[in-house]
Amino acid sequence: MQKHPKQKEWEENELKKSLSRSPERKERFLNHGGQEITRLALPQVMDDDYIHNLGFPGQYPFTRGVQPTMYRGRLWTMRQYAGFSTAAESNKRYRYLLDQGTTGLSIAFDLPTQIGYDSDDPMSMGEVGKVGVTIDSLADMETLFHEIPLDKVSTSMTINSPAAVLLAMYVAVAEKQGVAAEQLRGTIQNDVLKEYVARGTYIFPPTPSLRLITNIFQWCSDHMPAFNTISVSGYHIREAGSTAVQEVAFTLANACVYIQSALEAGLEIDTFAGRLAFFFNASSDLLEEVAKFRAARRLWARIMKERFGAKKPASQMLRFHTQTAGNTLTAQQIDNNIVRVTLQALSAVLGGTQSLHTNSRDEALTLPTEDSVRIALRTQQIIAHESGVVNTIDPLAGSYYIESLTDRIEEQAQALIKKIDELGGVIACIEQGFIQQEIEDASYNYQKEVESGDRIVVGVNAFQMKEDRTTPLLRVDPAVEQEQVKNLSRLKKDRDSRAVQSSLDQLKRAAQGSDNLMPFILEAVKTYATLGEICNILREIFGEYRDRR
Amino acid sequence: MSRDMKKKRVLIAKPGLDGHDRGAKIIARALRDDGFEVIYTGIRQTPGEIASVAIQEDVAVIGLSSLSGGHMRLFTAVIDELKRMSAEDIPVLGGGIIPDEDIPPLKNAGIAAIFGPGTPISDILEAFHKACEK
Repeated sequence: MQKHPKQKEWEENELKKSLSRSPERKERFLNHGGQEITRLALPQVMDDDYIHNLGFPGQYPFTRGVQPTMYRGRLWTMRQYAGFSTAAESNKRYRYLLDQGTTGLSIAFDLPTQIGYDSDDPMSMGEVGKVGVTIDSLADMETLFHEIPLDKVSTSMTINSPAAVLLAMYVAVAEKQGVAAEQLRGTIQNDVLKEYVARGTYIFPPTPSLRLITNIFQWCSDHMPAFNTISVSGYHIREAGSTAVQEVAFTLANACVYIQSALEAGLEIDTFAGRLAFFFNASSDLLEEVAKFRAARRLWARIMKERFGAKKPASQMLRFHTQTAGNTLTAQQIDNNIVRVTLQALSAVLGGTQSLHTNSRDEALTLPTEDSVRIALRTQQIIAHESGVVNTIDPLAGSYYIESLTDRIEEQAQALIKKIDELGGVIACIEQGFIQQEIEDASYNYQKEVESGDRIVVGVNAFQMKEDRTTPLLRVDPAVEQEQVKNLSRLKKDRDSRAVQSSLDQLKRAAQGSDNLMPFILEAVKTYATLGEICNILREIFGEYRDRR
Repeated sequence: MSRDMKKKRVLIAKPGLDGHDRGAKIIARALRDDGFEVIYTGIRQTPGEIASVAIQEDVAVIGLSSLSGGHMRLFTAVIDELKRMSAEDIPVLGGGIIPDEDIPPLKNAGIAAIFGPGTPISDILEAFHKACEK
């Protein structure tokens, strides 16, 4: 049979280039019977529809994946989100995870840190060190990365409103380790729009928040070329109760706002778009999730090319991290969660994720224990090394169901994005509560289905049993808060307070003007000005966002 | 409905910094669908703010939600604030990610009932009705 010219073109360009840059993990991929596993299964007859909508991996519109060899080349990054208590405790957990074979770090900060309060702020009461690690100043950040070589690991930080401050602290710690900013790899979430509708850790109103985000884009273009400057997140939108289509639509609509504001600030699309990353949820409907990931990839490529005129393939590629769906974990019969997570993780891999966090079985009760986290990581390792799904690219392509669902999710998400545009754009929709209402309705309908028994949740509304819940749980000692407050007051006594004050004054003047704030924030963190002090200066100038109800 | 629905105004509140409000919103809506008048504070309320709103709005019951692990400090702080404002007669219910072993100390501190993940909404509505009748 004659090869389609487009296939030849792909083999001679994208594939050849990729193989010469880095070979596949094995010279030959064989099944148990010794038969060769095909790299990329293709239809017998490649029509225009196939070329237009599916094409080849690593090639526009990237439906079949963003790399030409996908997991035959390199497995996804197994990145477990972790952090609790003090910097010293979390540092221990990270080093344990690295020892166990995790391939990237993912930092969870506590709520005071995420909302820019020091641990001695009255607003922080009861929350210090609870859902993540508490960071007041550069001193804590130094402890957090003690003996972790920042030129070797990539680090993802779930930080949004005060992302610039935590990024600056990361750069400063690296500098002390002798690692230049250019060498740093990782991601900051830096996606404030979804905070207003789903996650809740906003500080400033949208306009100054977008300025901070654009400042980061610009500064990183010049200083941190290997760092992902934003991770536009549908994860939390889905957790808040949205449907798969809404998750795609709201996330891509938010991404368009970030792109637009960077363009308005004078950045050129192909200089920053390649460092946008995405973050999606892997929920329980396996086939719908696979279609969702593929649809999101294709829709984003089309938006970037057609709406924003991006030319570089890297700017058109939707690269994403996935986390399994926390809201599907049950407090009942918690070991069942291992199975749920396995199915969800499989959907992410079949959907072509670039990195993955698998939730632990006990997270409907509290933070996961070390044993639970290990099982969650092993789940990924079993999918990677035993299931075989990684040996051929985009294995579900061409299934009538998967392809029709991929088309439908793309169409419906596109229609919803269009509706948002017609209603005046994302920010107007947030202010009017449109997006919040859409999510709330979807969440309530889902819950009603569970209540009525139309939707079965094993162990919750069917197949229940009496159980003795004596699983050991991880507890954060309430003394952590007092300990952290004590350390903070010691730091404030020991540091050069004149240098702190002067750096904060300069930051304030810069915030009143229109300079890029990154250099000023970097100066401030190096004097050990605290996160709360820096954010309070910005609160003074930018004001605070209040949810209108 | 045969129940006494005169005192059917209730407050749903999220103390602390936790932004996970999916559960709080579902409960608020289910209560409304069931005939209650519901005031939802929104996220990030201090215990003092919650107690003040409860008193100003003359609610019959307060429902607290927390998923961030801060419930021991925050729920009991709401009770303390109510006492300080001489309003400890307002019953307080709690829900969220709360380990079983935390339930007895929370009840001792004055929280009338605690609802963990997977609780049917009907059970929660029932608890609000009961608390209103007190």
